Amino acid sequence: MAKTILEIKDLAVQYVTDEAVVEAVNHIDLSLEQGESLGLVGETGAGKTTTALSVMQLLPDVSARIVSGEIYFEGEDLIRISPAKKREYRGNKVSMIFQDPMTALNPTLSVGDQIMEVILLHNRISREEAKNRAVEMMELVGLPGERFNDYPHQFSGGMKQRVIIAIALACRPSLLIADEPTTALDVTIQAQVLHLIARLKEEEQTSLILITHDLGIVAETCQKAAIMYAGEIMEYGTVEHIFNNTAHPYTEGLFGSIPNLNRKVSRLTPIPGLAPDPAALPRGCKFAPRCRYATPACSEAEVPVYEIEPGHLVKCLRAAPEGRSGDE
Amino acid sequence: MIRFIIKRLLMMIPVLLGVTLVVFTIMYFTPGDPAQIILGDMATEEDRELFREEHGLNGSFVEQYINYMKRVIVEGDLGTSYTTKMSVTKEIVARFPTTFKLAGVSILIACIIGIVAGVISATRQYSVFDHVATGISLIGVSLPNFWQGMMNIIVFSVWLGWFPPSGFSTPKHWVLPAITIGTSSAANIMRMTRSSMLEVIRQDYIRTARSKGQKEGVVIRRHALRNALIPIITVVGLNFGKLLGGAVLTESIFSIAGIGKLMVDAIKAKNTPLVQGGVLFIAVVMCFVNLIVDILYAFVDPKIRSQYMAPRRTAYKGKEETNG
Repeated sequence: MAKTILEIKDLAVQYVTDEAVVEAVNHIDLSLEQGESLGLVGETGAGKTTTALSVMQLLPDVSARIVSGEIYFEGEDLIRISPAKKREYRGNKVSMIFQDPMTALNPTLSVGDQIMEVILLHNRISREEAKNRAVEMMELVGLPGERFNDYPHQFSGGMKQRVIIAIALACRPSLLIADEPTTALDVTIQAQVLHLIARLKEEEQTSLILITHDLGIVAETCQKAAIMYAGEIMEYGTVEHIFNNTAHPYTEGLFGSIPNLNRKVSRLTPIPGLAPDPAALPRGCKFAPRCRYATPACSEAEVPVYEIEPGHLVKCLRAAPEGRSGDE
Repeated sequence: MIRFIIKRLLMMIPVLLGVTLVVFTIMYFTPGDPAQIILGDMATEEDRELFREEHGLNGSFVEQYINYMKRVIVEGDLGTSYTTKMSVTKEIVARFPTTFKLAGVSILIACIIGIVAGVISATRQYSVFDHVATGISLIGVSLPNFWQGMMNIIVFSVWLGWFPPSGFSTPKHWVLPAITIGTSSAANIMRMTRSSMLEVIRQDYIRTARSKGQKEGVVIRRHALRNALIPIITVVGLNFGKLLGGAVLTESIFSIAGIGKLMVDAIKAKNTPLVQGGVLFIAVVMCFVNLIVDILYAFVDPKIRSQYMAPRRTAYKGKEETNG
């Protein structure tokens, strides 16, 4: 039995501005075992990146507030440890691959320096050794080591993403968070980058949180998946649970929006309406206004989470034991 | 890089030709007869005629300009000052070190104060420090030099007696004039540093640096400030050039024998060769400061560096774009 490496309990994050309070993440629970990979799926604005930044403790401190919750990583609550301790974790035990490789690298430092920086920060080794490690990392992610002294503007988008992966993996982290690592890349490069992440993860026994809105990527790379909507986890389970035994209407809606090659369909069935304004979330089930199964009961009170089979959690009234039997 | 510098030096030629033409035209058409002003009321018409003859003031505008340019380009002679009978070059060379020292000290102090205050303001946006510093800088930009100079003399020389009110011999003499002309530069640099840093701090690569577990101080210095430097260098360069051209009013107030005061006196006396020579000299200095600024860009920003190194084809393409 693998040990639990990350446990998020009741995490709630708000962004406070002069005009409004945006409830980005609303009391979510998540856990991750060592070596396991979890896909965090949802639309834009569902709170995926905010969740990731909470784990990194890199939320913008001007506007973001962690309202409640604990994030246990290797037994320590990341929210409550000292800033110095947080720095020790960041880039060392937990690292993150950011969404847009075009802007995530410092344009005035050579890529080698930027990889070396993280190695020097967390290891007591000489610059010489650090440089060797950095070159090793570059070659590991498929970049020629001679390009150590080149600057980001001399690399293509896919290569920059490799540099970022090299930075993230340079200290052999036990948890890697990849925030839409392929969104900014074209399709051929996407596959390469995903394979690279999957391979390195396999070799290092790293746990992975993969943030994406592409269910296909989750099916290919992850063992577990969490479907997020309006800052809540709507459905959580193994990839088999989610794909073969879809229980939440929102997840169903997501699948309906994907073209299927095996079936002849003239039109996709998109989810009607728009994601709710996170500054004014509806009462009760956040998805109810767009849900085709919605009943008045959905909007009355907070919907509980039901475990419909071991490890498969659904936040929907239809998943309630009596509700399900009544429906069928 | 060397190719870039040579190109820039060649580009200075039309600029300087333009400057001479403009100054020459202004001096030619401003009212007042140099012979009259220099020789005084006691001189006879013959004396004045002789003076004009001697200094080539009798030909048409075009003749005079061509003659002047011939002398400047062929002999490298900027002419002789009407008043002191010394060569213009010598006059300028004698005054320049003072102006250079004053400008250097001022810009150095301005950089230190401006960049440090700007960085702190940006990293603690909307804090008390930020409000106070931006407030002071606003006052600093708005204070007229001549007024601030006189106030400095009244407070620090007359009332407190800490610093001498005029002259430029010892470092103690430098303090008041340097503060006077450095204030607006410091304020400009501070404001530019603040806004440039605020923009850079929000960039993704700053978050990347933090995600490595880097200390905040290093994030600011190594990652943010370096990227914020380009506009700061521009402002520092502009201000330094301005100060090198002579802080005309400040030098007059503190009776400092620099380029600025030289120019004011020359204009008052309608000492045409000195004015022309002086302006030409200031233009050359300005061009060099700009060149240095451009070279500094290349040190800070590797993207600009590779543009300078670019082969001929791309260099020409860039030129066409700016012209079009």
